[in-house]
Amino acid sequence: MTRAESRSPSARRSDGEPHRPSRLLLALKDAGLAALVALGLFAPVVGLRTDVAPSGGLFLRTRWEDVAILCGIVFALRLTLVLWTGRRGLRPSTAPGPWTLRLQQAGRLFAPALLAVALALPFIPGVGRYELDLGILVLTYVMLGWGLNIVVGLAGLLDLGYVAFYAVGAYSYALLALNFGLSFWICLPLAGILAAFWGILLGFPVLRLRGDYLAIVTLAFGEMIRIVLLNWVSLTGGPNGLSGIPRPSFFGLSFSMSGDPDTFAGYFGLEPSPLHRLIFLYYLIFALALLTNWVTLRLRRQPLGRAWEAMREDEIACRALGINITTTKLSAFALGAMFGGFAGAFFATRQAFISPESFTFIESAIILAIVVLGGLGSQIGVAIAALVMIGGFELFRELEEWRMLVFGGAMVLIMVLRPRGLVGTRTPSVALRQKRLIGANLIGEGKG
Amino acid sequence: MSTSTPLLEVDRVTAGYGAVQALTEVSLHVMPGEIVTLIGANGAGKSTLLMTICGDPRPRSGRIRLAGQDITALPTHAIMRHGLAQAPEGRRIFPRMTVRENLLMGAEALTSGDPTPQLEQVFALFPRLKERLSQRGGTLSGGEQQMLAIGRALMSKPRLLLLDEPSLGLAPLVVKQIFGAIRRLNAETGLTVLLVEQNANLALRLAHRGYVLVTGRIAMEGSGRALLARPEIRDAYLGGGVAA
Repeated sequence: MTRAESRSPSARRSDGEPHRPSRLLLALKDAGLAALVALGLFAPVVGLRTDVAPSGGLFLRTRWEDVAILCGIVFALRLTLVLWTGRRGLRPSTAPGPWTLRLQQAGRLFAPALLAVALALPFIPGVGRYELDLGILVLTYVMLGWGLNIVVGLAGLLDLGYVAFYAVGAYSYALLALNFGLSFWICLPLAGILAAFWGILLGFPVLRLRGDYLAIVTLAFGEMIRIVLLNWVSLTGGPNGLSGIPRPSFFGLSFSMSGDPDTFAGYFGLEPSPLHRLIFLYYLIFALALLTNWVTLRLRRQPLGRAWEAMREDEIACRALGINITTTKLSAFALGAMFGGFAGAFFATRQAFISPESFTFIESAIILAIVVLGGLGSQIGVAIAALVMIGGFELFRELEEWRMLVFGGAMVLIMVLRPRGLVGTRTPSVALRQKRLIGANLIGEGKG
Repeated sequence: MSTSTPLLEVDRVTAGYGAVQALTEVSLHVMPGEIVTLIGANGAGKSTLLMTICGDPRPRSGRIRLAGQDITALPTHAIMRHGLAQAPEGRRIFPRMTVRENLLMGAEALTSGDPTPQLEQVFALFPRLKERLSQRGGTLSGGEQQMLAIGRALMSKPRLLLLDEPSLGLAPLVVKQIFGAIRRLNAETGLTVLLVEQNANLALRLAHRGYVLVTGRIAMEGSGRALLARPEIRDAYLGGGVAA
């Protein structure tokens, strides 16, 4: 990566005075190179700016001082980084270092703790409307991440159009509820089934594709669904979306504020509060997310889950062992899509309004980022990544336009420090006596 | 044995990939309990023949029968559930799954549920695998990976084992171990083996019978010993003077 570290280990270890000048020189050279790259990048992006001239036309304003300042910052930062890491010796690999192990050990306690906090969240003092809303949002993404994890993490099929199934689920519920008056609890499985059906529909043409080619087709699929929703105005309302989607009821008891005996508050003799519905929605998505997790964990121990993982590793070997690749692949697409559909139906009932705007490519990208940052195939990693990404996104809301910068910086940082995701190890699905951890160095990059 | 039907019968099979025709009217048979080897130069079509038996690629003409039953039109995964197992070329183990998971993947085609007796058989044959049970497949040595590939194939309790170049890239000592295991397997359980090999000397010594494939056609056949003695075999595949 840097020149300083490519020297022989003995030279690095000795760390004596004779090496100091050369290290400084190398660091300077490296920082100079970084500054040069920054110059190339910032010169057109920052240095040139088009402004509207008083006369009405455009004129080019140059801002070379800003470019100089930025390049200077890059130079200084790079120099510090190289000098600092040079002393420590930047490890080129991510062998399971002490940090990974510690994280793994902490993870054993962390997962139940996280679960407990999530379970108790609505009753923690000081948790109000905003916190619950955020919790619901995070859990929705946890569920979507777990759903996509089946397709990407376990089966190794890179899906860039996952949001399509989210959209199918949302519109399924909205249309069924608005046109036929079906209740949420009937629509939820229907939305899942319909999304699974679309998953299979996507699966068929891409059966023979892998890697980049698969990614492109799934990306196109996601866009197709969105554009169809946008243009089929008579059915979907087009860009206006669908509004007035019915809210879910608690076993037939609505969450209306009237306090009548057939409402939730009235039936249980509680003070009517808008929080009730929110708490209900929170537990609903919590249960749905847990269902996703439970199904995934169960399947990993069963032939189908093992076949997914084997398929990710070597498709030809799988066929040689009598595994039907077609059904294995389609089942991964269908199951992943089904959970996306569930999440979509939940989204529709929570928002009471949906439009194609909610299902753009950026959503797919965020969900995929959650899965990748969390460590492909790791359930707890995905949950933490969703919490960090979605929660962090909210946390930095005050920074406004800087938010994206912080977000991007955080992603780069994670990929530099932990290139195989937050939880880059996985325990074997099947083990003899003792489960040994699988170090990140044995897990291929981007393959989990 | 001579009166029984062949376990595997390849009947005038022509096959290839795309515009390339790799096999022309190839016929061979394997009797139950036999070790039959298929030797030939690089690109002669040995691996293609094994793959064609497994249904990928499909034969363009000709039939393939397993114990009298026509399997030519079956899809690959169905063929592999008909008592056929393959340890493919280049081993193709699952590197990030444990040895145990690898073996269990082999039991997918097993019709009876419990894979334990098969596991025991594999451990008896390759004790090394038992020691490495919870290790990643990718961290095994080449020889251990080959043992794993063969073990994985045995997990489905096959009647016929197809081995594609088990000696590929292995040290002579390890090759000897692997071949010894194949011989023992055949002698003790009567497993039928069709072996594709570059190492003609070793393969012909091990096998009861052999076929020589030259540019997609069967050029010679005979018992292992007889083929070994043929001067044209010596010159073409044994590199002239081979130590006995």
